[in-house]
Amino acid sequence: MEREVTFAGFGGQGVMTVGKFLAQGAMNKGMEVAWVPSYGPEMRGGTAYCTVVIADEPVGSPIVRNPETAVVMNRPSLDKFGPEVKPGGCLIINSSLIDVTTDRQDILVVTVPCNQISMEVTGTGRSANIAALGAYAGAVPVVDFASIEDVVKTKFAKKPKVLEDNMAILQKGYEIGRSAREAWDAGKGA
Amino acid sequence: MSKILMKGAEAVGEAAIRAGCISYFCYPITPQSEVAEYLSKRLPEVGGTFVQAESEVAASQMVYGAAGAGVRIMTTSSSPGISLMTEGISYIAGAELPAVFVNIVRGGPGLGGILPSQADYFQATKGGGHGDYRFLAIAPASVQEMVEWVMRAFPLAEKYRNPVMVVGDGLLAQMMEPVDFGCVEPTPQIDVESWATTGCKDRPANLINSLFLDPLKLEEFNWKLKAKYEAMEAEIAYEEYKMDDCEMFVVAYGTTSRVVRTAINALREEGYKIGMFRPITIFPFPQKAMRAYGENPRVKSVAVVEMSNGQMLEDVKWAVLEKKPVEFFARNGGIVPNPHETMEFLRKSYEKHGGTK
Repeated sequence: MEREVTFAGFGGQGVMTVGKFLAQGAMNKGMEVAWVPSYGPEMRGGTAYCTVVIADEPVGSPIVRNPETAVVMNRPSLDKFGPEVKPGGCLIINSSLIDVTTDRQDILVVTVPCNQISMEVTGTGRSANIAALGAYAGAVPVVDFASIEDVVKTKFAKKPKVLEDNMAILQKGYEIGRSAREAWDAGKGA
Repeated sequence: MSKILMKGAEAVGEAAIRAGCISYFCYPITPQSEVAEYLSKRLPEVGGTFVQAESEVAASQMVYGAAGAGVRIMTTSSSPGISLMTEGISYIAGAELPAVFVNIVRGGPGLGGILPSQADYFQATKGGGHGDYRFLAIAPASVQEMVEWVMRAFPLAEKYRNPVMVVGDGLLAQMMEPVDFGCVEPTPQIDVESWATTGCKDRPANLINSLFLDPLKLEEFNWKLKAKYEAMEAEIAYEEYKMDDCEMFVVAYGTTSRVVRTAINALREEGYKIGMFRPITIFPFPQKAMRAYGENPRVKSVAVVEMSNGQMLEDVKWAVLEKKPVEFFARNGGIVPNPHETMEFLRKSYEKHGGTK
């Protein structure tokens, strides 16, 4: 078993951070993981992405051409990673900032208003990445949701209000992801 | 001990501390500046010394000084920085001092790029600087292995009183993987008094020097070094992966070996009998073990995959003595081969030389 997800957005959207949260959650469950950042001559506001590979054996190539899942937080990321998702995989689109979708029929497409969810809970869009992580956990259940919740709890342990908000945002994202997955699976069965 | 999710570069810094190295002199360079960033914070916590030098040349001379004083010492850099440090490395080899160097290789030549590369293979395995010297060069393939080899590098450097180099690349330095620092038991320094300048009250003075004006003495010294470098063959390490029934084997090290492993796993499902021989020490090169596979009648061909235009390829050809055809695939300039293109190359090479399925 080897599962890959790419989180992509512009610098500052926290895509690296949620990738680390996921990797940590998987590692805590005893899975093998690799978190691979994009690095290179980047500029502030430029694109940033990371890939998390989760496996039951030591991770082979950490370079993944076609990830099982892409979580795209802005339009350039959709354009870059949307076509790369493996057939049968999943694409999670931050519909707060991306006003288009994909015409791909061979993958599960989940549109999540990440910034809006964050805005409703905290009054800012800062935790949009947490909504996206929740949606991923719901739509692609590779790592126990409880394990991801535990990572978020640990990271924000010293800030009770921030923790409470982020847990609510994570949960909302999770529910959207999970119902999209259920609808997709039901449709395939029919 | 439980595992920690850690970035390769930071894990290198922590591994050095766990191995008892609490002095570190450096000059930052992408893609490994996080080693310096990490140690600048961590070393004061453990009572260590962090110095950002004015250049890599200076950093390597500081390493020379600390090594001469009998202190466990490491520096880290990336390709252009290692070139600047080769002066120090040559002097340290000439003065027979232990020191650990980590080269997080980036694309070259010149300033090149900042992405992963294996184009410093010649520099790491054939000496690099001036004079007739060699050093143990070790190429780990994961963050965990990088930690283990950095920790082992210190006692190895002390055993041979010689520089040891751990060779990685930007991928290994930048990626995060679970690490367990408990896998290698730290070993204490031994016998430092017999060679280091630790203060000679009540004992004969030790001299740190690499100058021999008498050519006969220098020649004798070079013979002594040669014997030492040959003795390092005791440290040869390599991994054999699915070699038992292979009709073709791939030679790959470091990051590239991970891509090859993924490719082999997929190709095995298609019936290709392909294995991998992964050198872990790239100097000394595991030549004898590789030659035995080259001489095996079952093996029809050999393939080399690396991120340089055929540097390790030369050692592989020499190891198999051209008894088997050697096919070659490379990406260069900072590009890591992907499993897909690697599989395509391996399929073609396998079929070209009559591999069976």
